[in-house]
Order: sequence, then structure tokens, then C-alpha cells
Amino acid sequence: MSAMPEKNTMPTGEAHENGTVFDPTSLEGILEKYRGAKGALIPILQQTQASYGYLPRPAVGRIAKFLKVPESKIYGVATFYAQFHLHPRGRNIVRVCLGTACHVRGGEGILDAVSDELKVKPGETTPDLRYTLERVACLGACGLSPAMMVNDTTYGRLTKKKIAEILKKYE
Amino acid sequence: MSLTLRDFSRHGELNAPAQASRAVAPRDGRPTIVVGLGTCGIAAGGQEVYDALVAELKKRGLDADLVSVGCIGMCEQEVLVDVVLKGAPRVTYARVTPDMVARIIDEHVGRGKPIQEWVAGTITDEFDPYRDVPFYQKQKRIVLRNCGIIDPERIEEYIERDGYRGLAKVLSTMKPAEVIDEVKKSGLRGRGGAGFLTGQKWEFAAKAVGDKKYMICNADEGDPGAFMDRSVLEGDPHAVIEGMIIGAYAVGADEGYIYCRAEYPLAIKRLNLAIAQATERGLLGRNILGSGFNFELHVKEGAGAFVCGEETALMASIEGERGMPRPRPPFPANRGLWASPSNINNVETWANVPQIILNGSGWYAAIGTEKSKGTKVFALTGRIKNTGLAEVPMGITLREIIYDVGGGIKDDKEFKAVQIGGPSGGCIPAKLMDTPVDYESLAATGAIVGSGGLVVVDETTCMVDFNKFFLNFTQSESCGKCTPCREGTKRMYEIVTRITEGQGTMEDLDKLEELAQMVKETSLCGLGQTAPNPVLTTLRYFRDEYIAHIVDKRCPAHVCKALIKFRIDPDKCKACLICKRSCAQQAISGDKKVVHVIDQAKCTQCGTCEQVCPFGAVIRE
Repeated sequence: MSAMPEKNTMPTGEAHENGTVFDPTSLEGILEKYRGAKGALIPILQQTQASYGYLPRPAVGRIAKFLKVPESKIYGVATFYAQFHLHPRGRNIVRVCLGTACHVRGGEGILDAVSDELKVKPGETTPDLRYTLERVACLGACGLSPAMMVNDTTYGRLTKKKIAEILKKYE
Repeated sequence: MSLTLRDFSRHGELNAPAQASRAVAPRDGRPTIVVGLGTCGIAAGGQEVYDALVAELKKRGLDADLVSVGCIGMCEQEVLVDVVLKGAPRVTYARVTPDMVARIIDEHVGRGKPIQEWVAGTITDEFDPYRDVPFYQKQKRIVLRNCGIIDPERIEEYIERDGYRGLAKVLSTMKPAEVIDEVKKSGLRGRGGAGFLTGQKWEFAAKAVGDKKYMICNADEGDPGAFMDRSVLEGDPHAVIEGMIIGAYAVGADEGYIYCRAEYPLAIKRLNLAIAQATERGLLGRNILGSGFNFELHVKEGAGAFVCGEETALMASIEGERGMPRPRPPFPANRGLWASPSNINNVETWANVPQIILNGSGWYAAIGTEKSKGTKVFALTGRIKNTGLAEVPMGITLREIIYDVGGGIKDDKEFKAVQIGGPSGGCIPAKLMDTPVDYESLAATGAIVGSGGLVVVDETTCMVDFNKFFLNFTQSESCGKCTPCREGTKRMYEIVTRITEGQGTMEDLDKLEELAQMVKETSLCGLGQTAPNPVLTTLRYFRDEYIAHIVDKRCPAHVCKALIKFRIDPDKCKACLICKRSCAQQAISGDKKVVHVIDQAKCTQCGTCEQVCPFGAVIRE
């Protein structure tokens, strides 16, 4: 990952990547729930990301202090798992399934169609932060392949024609 | 409203037959409407159908029970809506859309007349559903017995169908060692892939020294093409929870984790709900059913790493570390989660346990083959007519699964192979279709039973490209800890990619085989040890396809872009301009009434023209 934390990262007041100032209120609420808990790092990262949309650098610094581990350890975990993101993401996450069943039934074509519609490549976010496009190894909706997921909703039996209409629903 | 052991002995007997559930016997004579709302039902538009039902019932002022259930397995037919009237069998409508709802309510719910042309099947015996649907005739539902039948969000419905009675039997009449013995005698083997004897695994953990022991459920169903565990968790979460409590009692564990992948939000939601309901009724937590036994259960959400399906990596992930495997021994039974003795089984294995306890090991061992007992759930997908979830007795042949249960190949194409066991499994060719499905017979073909993904491919799938797909998956999911897997899967992927681009040599095949063997023998964990299976099986059964790519520079299935050309058949072309307009490269010339031609120099083989041509005039060569 390109963005590694600088020394003495301040937990508060630092600018977000998107220009706003980091507000630690919800992070503090999350941390409080895990005081003294075992194996808390991943759930903390998951909830931080759910709250901020990604893992802001000041949040990582604060979590490191709270858990009394070096930031490098947190970045090690965060970059190991596909779920975590160190940069802001779109308000809506579009995950196109490329599992075996979708592969056999034209999932690549669906990914191309979504990519054309949003004008971004997989892994990228639209400039207006409305969508992030991702590829996913399997959503488990194989019986209805090809499939994709927008936020927590799964769409099956997709055709290229259905794509624009589905995406339009998400502001 | 805590329950006690006494609540589970009906007429003073723990093994009394189950009561009929609401799904087939409506309460107070009110009509019941059942909607399948598993992930596949929702993906097919189930929520819209459900909302339409609510609105239409309200409009008519009709009094009916609207129930949502998990997946019954007929994914191909989703959205499924069932109507249950007093004294009549449960009738299932397939591929229901919101505009069909009004008629179903008027004619069937209102006047009691099923709409025959929409009926997909009927359920008369809820333990043996759809005797009239071929998809179900060779199935035997033990793990899936409640899926699609009960409302998974209401513990009462699980309890009505014998739920937690296995647990009550264990706590009131069996010693831990007797439980282990019973599971051992049943012959149940791990359904996650490796097929280790479950009872023996429990015994190791029970004998391990330690005050604190953990029970773990592996619900990190990462194999692309597999959704058995998702369906069980969404459709019958209590079966898994009950299995785990029984296991915990046998092993002496007081805390457990269900590690579920984050891609399954509905499964996680229903698990958490089920745990809360079970805790409230005294089935989890302290002093379970008044027996003095304690067991606490948590759900841990995975974070998107395939390797976490490996047991030591999974435990590292629960501990909040990078999910990397470590060498065994020490095995988790002796040194597992937080260095304590731990036992880990997969979702399907756990869901078998309550039924084994309730019906006895002899009952279970009578199903299946000599060495592979019981049933196995398969996710049938790919180029097959009836995609869906099927639970079949071990020992059934692949042909029976594909043709009798699955209905054969879609669009009457030629059946080529079946990929079983995901990226760790292998491709079994059509000529071996009479292979019985059991651990040993499948291993002899070079494949594995694996977790249960069964992807059918026909003549339109290129086996070299298919193999590339799996290698791309394993090389990107390799955790990078051990060299053979990290480097080997990457190099194999590069070789296969070269072949699909027409740049391969015959020497590459020898290299690929040697590399595959080496990665298989020397990798640290199951991911690397099984990643070469697709390579080795495609080389073994479909070598001619590799040779065609290398020597003739030809892709027999017309899939590999570098080796195919699109051409317009002048006899079929109606000069309609549709393909010309949709070509992003402007590679198509022609005009109204002038036959279209593809400029090969500009064509990028994207295949759009082939898809849009209404006359089938675009040919792959």
C-alpha cells in the first residue's frame, strides 16, 4: 500500500483524504466496546470501516494506541484481508461475482458492462464517490449466476441490459 | 422463559415423533403463504414478491399468515411462493413475480383453487418434500431437512420439528464419552473437504489437557461455486448451533466461535438472531436446560481471505492476526485457539450431529457406503438445467446427480466435465460419470469430495481457460507464507496463461506437471497442497485440448481470445446494422442491405456482435 502513516500521527484533527476533518467520536464509541476484549483488532477495523467507509490514517493511529500495538501490525492485518480499505470508497459498493458458476455463465461480460456503465475499472471509485466497483470470488448465489451485489443486496440472473437500471437505484 | 430438560420429553419420552410444523399444517385453519427468502430468493426478486403479497392481502382484507423461509434448494425456480390451506397439500409456485401475486391470492388463497399452470410441485410429507418433482426423488434430506420448511428466524419452529431434542437427550442421558462414541459409530466424516472422522477428532480434543477448550464452526465457505453452508445457515441456523452445543458437551468446551465469511450478511444476521433466541430460552449460556453445563457462542465475521478456511489460519484470524496457516503438529486439538485445545468442524458436519444423536448412530450408518456414511449436500451449478442445492446419499453416482437430480445439460449441449470440490478439486470427464460419490472413489479420479461445489461444464467451456481461472484464484489467494504455494501457483498461472495465448510449448506441459506435483507435495497447508488438482486433472483428462492450443494454435471450445476469430456468415446476415452499431471498435463494415464484414485487424474479440445478432450470423472460428 502506498499510504504508510507518518511518525507521531495525531489521532484527532487531521484532514481526511477527502478534505474533511477526522471526527473521532464514533471511533471512540467502537473502542469502548472492546476494552480488554481478546482478538478485538479485526472487529474494531470492521466497525471503523463500517462507520467511516474506509480506514482513515488517524483512526489507525488511535487504534494502535488503544490496543498497545505498533501501527505496522495494524497495517499488516488491514492489507492482508480483502475487506479493508485505506482510501475512501464510494457510497455504494458494487461487487460483481466472478466465481466458478458465474465464470461459466458469463460473469466477465457482466463485469465489463458494469465497468462501461460506471466508467471505472474494478477496484476503482467513481470521481463523485457514488460507486466503487469490485470483483469478488463468489457470492454464493451460484444458482442464479451471473450475480452481483450492491451494498448488501444480491442480484441474480443478470443480463447486460439489467445493469443500468439496477445501478440507477443507488444514489 | 427458560426451558428445562422436562420441556423436551414428550409423553415422558425423548424420542417421540415430531409435530407437524406450521409450514404444512396452518394454524387455526388460517391460510399460510410461504416465501423463500434466502439469498438466492432475494436475488431473484423475493422481497418485491413478499411486499406485493403484503399489499394485496391488505387490499382484500384477507387474514393469512405470511411466513418467510430459507432456501429449499430449487434455485433455478426462484422466487418460490407456497400456499398452504387447511386439509390440502402445500402447493409451490415457481418463478413468481409481483404481477402474479394478485391471481394467486384471488384464486388459490381466496377460492381454494390452485393455478395449475404455475405449480412447480407439492409437499405432502414435510420430511420428504416434492415427491412429484424429479429434482427431489433421489435426495435424502438430513442436513437440509428444515431448510425452506421452517421460518429460520423463529426458534419455536425449529423446536417443533425436534429441535434441541438431541441436546436434551445428551444432557439428560449421556456421558460425554458416550456422545463421542455415538458420533464415531455413525461414521460421520468432516464435510469441509478432508473427510476426517468427526468422532475421532472430538476424542482428540476431549483427551487434550487444558482447563479451557474451544468449539469452532468453520463457516468461511470460500470455494467459488459453493453455497451449501450459506443455505444451511440462512435456512436452519439452530441445527448448527445445537450440533455445536452437543460437541462442546462431548469435548468439555465452554466457549465457541462461528467464523462466517462477511460476504454472507444474511447468514450472519440469522445466526446472531438464533444465538440470542437460544440464549433467552436457556439453550446457550450458563446452566443449559438446568443441567449445569455452560456454553457461550460468538459469531466472528471473516474479512475476505480464502485461506482462512484452513483451520490454523482461521484461528489466527479469530485472534485478530493475519490469517496465515502454521505447521501441524501441534494440531488444534492440542494447541488451537489462544493456545487452548480446540475442535473445529464445518457447518454441514455440525448440522448432521443433532439428527445422529436423536436417531442413533445405526440409523445414520445405514445410509451411504461402507467408508462414507450419511449424505452430502452439493451445490449444482454451471451448465446444468436444475441449478440448486441437493442432498444425496453417499455412493450415488455422478451421472445420477447430474441427470436424474440436475435434469441434464442446459440447452442440450454436449456434456464435457464436472468440476467438483472448487479450486482444490478436480475436473472429472464425462466418461467417468459412473464414479460413485464417496471420499475414496473421487480421490481415485484425482478430484475430492471437497466442500460440495459441483460445477457442470459443456462443450462451450475451454478446459485450459477453466484451469487458468482456478489458478488465478489460488495464486491471488495464496497467503504467501510458504514458497511452493506462493511462487508455484503464480508460475503455473503464467504457464497456463501463455498456453491460452497461443505462446505455449510442449515443454511447458512437462514443466507444468512437474511444478504441480512439487507444489502438491511441499506446500504448508491445504490451499497449496490442493491447488494443483485442477492442473493435474485437466492435464490427465483433457491433454488434447492443451495440445490443440500449443501445436495447432487452436482453442477447440472457441473461448481463448487470442486463438479465435469472429466472422459473419454472409448467408445468415440480414444486414440489419445491429452488430455494426454495437461494435465499440467500429470493426464492422456494411450498410443497410449490404452484408456486414468484420475487419480482423480492428476486432478485439469482445464477442458483443455475437451476443446482439438476432439471426445467429456471427460465428466463432
